[in-house]
Amino acid sequence: MDLSALDLSRLQFGMTALYHFLFVPLTLGLSLIIAIMESVYVMTNKEIWRDMTRFWGILFGINFAMGVATGVPLEFQFGMNWAYYSHYVGDVFGSLLAMEGLMAFFLEATFVGLFFFGWNRLSKLQHLIVTWLVAIGSNLSALWILIANAWMQNPIGSHFNPETMRMEMTSFYDVFFNPVAQSKFVHTVSAGYVTGAIFVMGISAFYMLRGRYMAFAKRSMVVAASFGLASALSVVVLGDESGYTMTEHQKMKIAAIEAMWETEPAPAGLAIFGWPDVKAQKTYYEIKVPWVLGLIATRSLSQQMPGIQELVRHGKVRIKNGAIAYGALEKLRKNRLDKETWHLFQQHQNDLGYGLLLKKYTAYPQRASIHEIEQAAQDLVPNVFCLFWSFRLMVGFGLYFILFFTIAFILASRDRLEKSRWFQKMAVLSLPFPWIAAELGWIVAEHGRQPWTVDGVLPTFLSATDIQASAVWTTFLAFITFYTVLLIVDLKLMIKYIRLGPVKALGPQSFGRVIDAGL
Amino acid sequence: MPDYETLRLIWWGLLGVLLIGFAIADGFDLGVASLLPFVAKKDEERRIVINTVGPVWEGNQVWLILAGGATFAAWPSLYAVSFSGFYLAIFLALFGLILRPVGFKFRSKMPSSAWRQTWDILLFFGGVVPSLIFGVAVGNLFLGASFHFDDLLRVIYTGTFWELLTPFPLLCGLLSVTMIVLHGGVYLIAKTNDPIAQRTRIIVIISALTAIILFAVGGIACAWQLNGFQYLSAITGDAPSNPLGKEVVLMKGAWLHNYTLYPWMMIAPALGFSGYIGVIPAVMGRYEKFSFILSAMSIFGIISTVGLSLYPFILPSATHPGHSLTIWDASSSQLTLFIMLLGVIIFLPIVLIYTSWVYRVLRGKVTPEILEENQTNAY
Repeated sequence: MDLSALDLSRLQFGMTALYHFLFVPLTLGLSLIIAIMESVYVMTNKEIWRDMTRFWGILFGINFAMGVATGVPLEFQFGMNWAYYSHYVGDVFGSLLAMEGLMAFFLEATFVGLFFFGWNRLSKLQHLIVTWLVAIGSNLSALWILIANAWMQNPIGSHFNPETMRMEMTSFYDVFFNPVAQSKFVHTVSAGYVTGAIFVMGISAFYMLRGRYMAFAKRSMVVAASFGLASALSVVVLGDESGYTMTEHQKMKIAAIEAMWETEPAPAGLAIFGWPDVKAQKTYYEIKVPWVLGLIATRSLSQQMPGIQELVRHGKVRIKNGAIAYGALEKLRKNRLDKETWHLFQQHQNDLGYGLLLKKYTAYPQRASIHEIEQAAQDLVPNVFCLFWSFRLMVGFGLYFILFFTIAFILASRDRLEKSRWFQKMAVLSLPFPWIAAELGWIVAEHGRQPWTVDGVLPTFLSATDIQASAVWTTFLAFITFYTVLLIVDLKLMIKYIRLGPVKALGPQSFGRVIDAGL
Repeated sequence: MPDYETLRLIWWGLLGVLLIGFAIADGFDLGVASLLPFVAKKDEERRIVINTVGPVWEGNQVWLILAGGATFAAWPSLYAVSFSGFYLAIFLALFGLILRPVGFKFRSKMPSSAWRQTWDILLFFGGVVPSLIFGVAVGNLFLGASFHFDDLLRVIYTGTFWELLTPFPLLCGLLSVTMIVLHGGVYLIAKTNDPIAQRTRIIVIISALTAIILFAVGGIACAWQLNGFQYLSAITGDAPSNPLGKEVVLMKGAWLHNYTLYPWMMIAPALGFSGYIGVIPAVMGRYEKFSFILSAMSIFGIISTVGLSLYPFILPSATHPGHSLTIWDASSSQLTLFIMLLGVIIFLPIVLIYTSWVYRVLRGKVTPEILEENQTNAY
């Protein structure tokens, strides 16, 4: 394969990020579920709840180690493979990562050790607090990383400084309270809670189907059912979509998700099926529900949603302006005091990022031909087919989770979980779904961001390190090999402990109630 | 808001604090992992050694993540140039580091001895490789790296991986491994009983002597052999961060120049030496806590020596000295430095408070009985 260092860096980052995201949602969800279980233990003093906390804690620990191991490479890769990105936006993006370390990683990582090693050394209440701090730490780290990600999607609170050739923060308040960050955070952690809930449901159902640990499994399911229903509703209702109208490219993303090539009269309809043909710029076999998209995306009946072709036309204007800004910037480097050029630059600086898109086709954007501008404008369209289907599958899973947890909740409240074998089977079969949905969500959010790393500010191709492809091949292959081995080991251990079951995993002497119950 | 110059100085100091924090906190668990095959023979001994750091290493590793994040935030060009320039070296260190979380957690979860021995070897590499590479990287700071910038301030790295492995950086790499092993050793002595502690004492004493020699040789090389970098342009502490357009020359012995200008800086190497001189009798006299403090003091002294010798450089360029990164032209904006400083002032003390509480809870030696008590969760 003849891949450039850029392609490989993208593949490597995408692969390691998707891989990391197999473990993060479960950490988010399971940490809270465990904290809830332990809270019940401390309040009721029934030992079975402590055993539940400890057993699910073992599985949590295996998953947590994988999350830690696969998280570090992401931070390192920014500097290794995305050097220009690091230089260009470190002022804003880096500070959010640092805050994440300071506020969240220390909290979860320091207390997670005590969660496992503190059972004999802490009072009940102290241990409960430790468990909650782990859960809070995990969720706080999601908050910070999503604020950072939201800034890539909607870069507010910052400006370009021509003297340092990079983005600099102008308002931390704006960056922190980025509206995209808020919807992203709620959406992502809810998805994590759903993952945790289905994990507990599926494994408990597995025990029920085999007629083992009934009391243990039932209680676990009751917690997961109520927690899961609330989360599934939140993940769908408070979906990400409300943020999609913030910037021009967010509009492009939603148009691509809908494969909406031409602007429709407001309010636009929502496509539930279709076959987008990227070359012909048409969608075949489309089935549309009128009005719904316009309502979801703009929260109004009159605001129009621009289609892909119209957005490309807007983009062309911005690219031309960006080329002017780029030319002015070059002159300013030679003469910082040239007032006229300075004025010209300021007029067009908001489009500088669009001008940088031309760097893919010419070394001198200010002299770009019409053809080159056309090419750059076409780059603004993300992969429509991929987004269209990733989004639809994700939403399909989301709706399924609501259905699943509604049934679970009804069965739990009627005390019929143990008898409904069909539901137990359904729960086991549902185990992989939240992971698939989470990965698809990641693809929609990040693949939909292309061609930008930072929306409207920095194109992806420019962000990468100027490095030999062979070096990236080396690390890429090493990651693939190592991650494959790790995944096998992780699954092997998970399955081992699930098969062992709570009694054997915890050791009979520390297992109280379950044995009393004759199970 | 403090002025830009002050903020840059503070963040230069904080970068040092975070790196020292990493070397002291994560250093001992890297060291314990490096010692694992040598001080513990039977499986039970190995489990004791692993469990001395089992509950705390995860929090310690955050020092590295934070140092990385803070470099990204406060010194973005340093982050970009060092991580991309030392690409394969950084990757090797990274690889070592990510072996650890799974190694600690997974090792004792299967009874097979082949399984456990494999993880022991991986844990050993996970301890030694990052320590060696971080040392080699620091050594290369003294030689300068092969990089320059284009008009858009994109970094162009022209060196190779093998070019990093010259004698002086290798010396620094060895010193770094020795420091980490020693630090892991004094921790292990405090947390275990004989025979593990006794085997470790011997290694610590040998390490202390080696470290003193290596540190002294490094100093001699700086004085007589290496070309140091010297900043010639007038310093404007509040200029925008742009590393182009300054004048820098190379001169033999220039890395010791600061000690003539500011003699108080001699405290740093003095601390480096005296900690290791003191640690030998302290270990022999069974002053366990005191040995740990002395080792930490030397780490503080040696890392500070690096920072102070390089001042005001943080990453010099060997091929284009004028493009070198210094405190005055590689930082992030004044606002970001200020906000981050607030973050550190508020949260770092909180982190230190709860971390010390955790250590208090976990105090005492790790014994076979403790492993027995905590069967389910011990590593």
